[in-house]
Amino acid sequence: MTRIFAAAGAEFRIALRNRWVTIAVAMMALFSMVLSAAGSAPTGALGVDKLSVTVASLTSLAVYLVPLVALLMSFDAVAGEIERGTLPLVLTYPVSRAELLLGKFTAHLAILALAVAVGYGIAAGAALYLDPRAGAGMPALFRLFWTSLLLGAAFLAIGYALSAVARRPGAAAGLAIGLWLVMIVLYDLGLLAGVVADGGGYFTTHVFPWLLICNPADAFRLYNLAASEATAAAAGIGGAANSIPPGHALTSILLWPLAGLVLATLALRKVTP
Amino acid sequence: MTTLTLSRVTKTFGANRALDGVGFTVSPGERVALLGHNGAGKSTLMKIILGLITFDSGTVSVLGAAPGSHAARRQVAYLPENVAFHPALTGLEQLRYYLRLRGEKPGAAMDLLRKVGLGDAAKRRIGTYSKGMRQRVGLAQALIGSPRLLVLDEPTSGLDPVSRREFYAMLDDLAAEGAAILLSSHALTEVEARTDRIVILSRGVMAANDTLAALRRQAALPIHLQVTARPGQADAVARSLDGARMNGIMVDLTCGHDQKLARLGQIATLGAMIEDVEVIPPSLEDLYSHFSRQTDGSARQ
Repeated sequence: MTRIFAAAGAEFRIALRNRWVTIAVAMMALFSMVLSAAGSAPTGALGVDKLSVTVASLTSLAVYLVPLVALLMSFDAVAGEIERGTLPLVLTYPVSRAELLLGKFTAHLAILALAVAVGYGIAAGAALYLDPRAGAGMPALFRLFWTSLLLGAAFLAIGYALSAVARRPGAAAGLAIGLWLVMIVLYDLGLLAGVVADGGGYFTTHVFPWLLICNPADAFRLYNLAASEATAAAAGIGGAANSIPPGHALTSILLWPLAGLVLATLALRKVTP
Repeated sequence: MTTLTLSRVTKTFGANRALDGVGFTVSPGERVALLGHNGAGKSTLMKIILGLITFDSGTVSVLGAAPGSHAARRQVAYLPENVAFHPALTGLEQLRYYLRLRGEKPGAAMDLLRKVGLGDAAKRRIGTYSKGMRQRVGLAQALIGSPRLLVLDEPTSGLDPVSRREFYAMLDDLAAEGAAILLSSHALTEVEARTDRIVILSRGVMAANDTLAALRRQAALPIHLQVTARPGQADAVARSLDGARMNGIMVDLTCGHDQKLARLGQIATLGAMIEDVEVIPPSLEDLYSHFSRQTDGSARQ
């Protein structure tokens, strides 16, 4: 445990010096402010409080932004150490490769938590200021916060695995961008195309829901929207959300970080310094 | 019990045989120098001892444990060739990190940095350090927690002569406390005075493994006698001693170890023609080329 915290401490310092903490917090804060400004129109017609609406908007934002920030922090984790030549020495220390990864993971997750807390905090503050009833949306916001961390954790772990497989920062960055594009953008488009082509057949009713929860980003979206009062406000994927029990989606976002860390540890074990 | 035991260690990279049947031991308190050309297999051997890479056959025992096992790593310190650190951390932060990884108190970091002469630069980022300063950070981390075995790859590269002397003094202290030290170096002259035993690797084969004195006896390389003649006498001296004139006043003689005194006697009879005489034993460079050549020759046959 001491060793994991030692690695986490060093990693946090490095992220602080490299301005990754500032960049992550600023990105989340900026997007939240834009969202709050865009969503400041009266919402009386929807009949829900302002914070619940904000949470629905934040969910759509987080699906893109949280994996991106997580991959940006993690793609360099192993490849960067290989390129700098710092890996051989640390691997002769009495610390396991899994412990080193968990150290980095702890630090990066803490930074992500800070960025997400600041971003959501700003959005929540704006909602509470504009709508006295917004307190009703607090549980949804809290749920969004911890599921965002799980989503980030999944992509951090996948990023480490990519970094260890690629072994060069340039290649790792390319893989990370590709992965983000595939899992966040193309995956949904592909599923949509499948549903359209299938025209309500077996694929739509039996395969599609499972494919949806296999992707951590979709599982995250489903879980938050299904559990939220504001499903109607964000429609889109919400329709599908009703056919899948939220427990399944939650299981998916809980399992992904674990699976990612196992994959990353296996990939790092294969690295010969 | 020996600290490090290697027996018939063989490692191939594709078709290239990097190590071929290498075996030697290092005992507590012993300082062993690992010599060899670039690509002779020194770094590969060190990485095998540290468990960073696997080997094909043979046995390696590090303090009675498998190389790279937790038990071995707890007691082994390593200084890689061209040691690197994250440029964003300060020397102090980096050492505190390493201390915590070894389960030591991070408070000891400043003392370690002072010990290697980095007390003033401790709070600067390593990115601003010179190569010599980074090397000292590397030395400082190798001193953490009184290791039983130190594996040092080119430890004095980038250090100035004074720092080198201080570094070897530190090694002497560690060896006196019972640590075993295996170091590689290109600077043969400093290894000569500061190590107990020499292992020469040549194309992955162990060409020699003995004390310097024993290697000198085995190689039986000629001793050089450099005779300085008085002005104008160089030719006469060269003729009468049957030697080669090097320049206007110097004559170079070579002879076997057993003929040394006889030759010196001959020189003494020339009396006034001679200004000075110097006996130059075969250097470590000579020994090194001798043993490396020997293996090259036998490898070709």
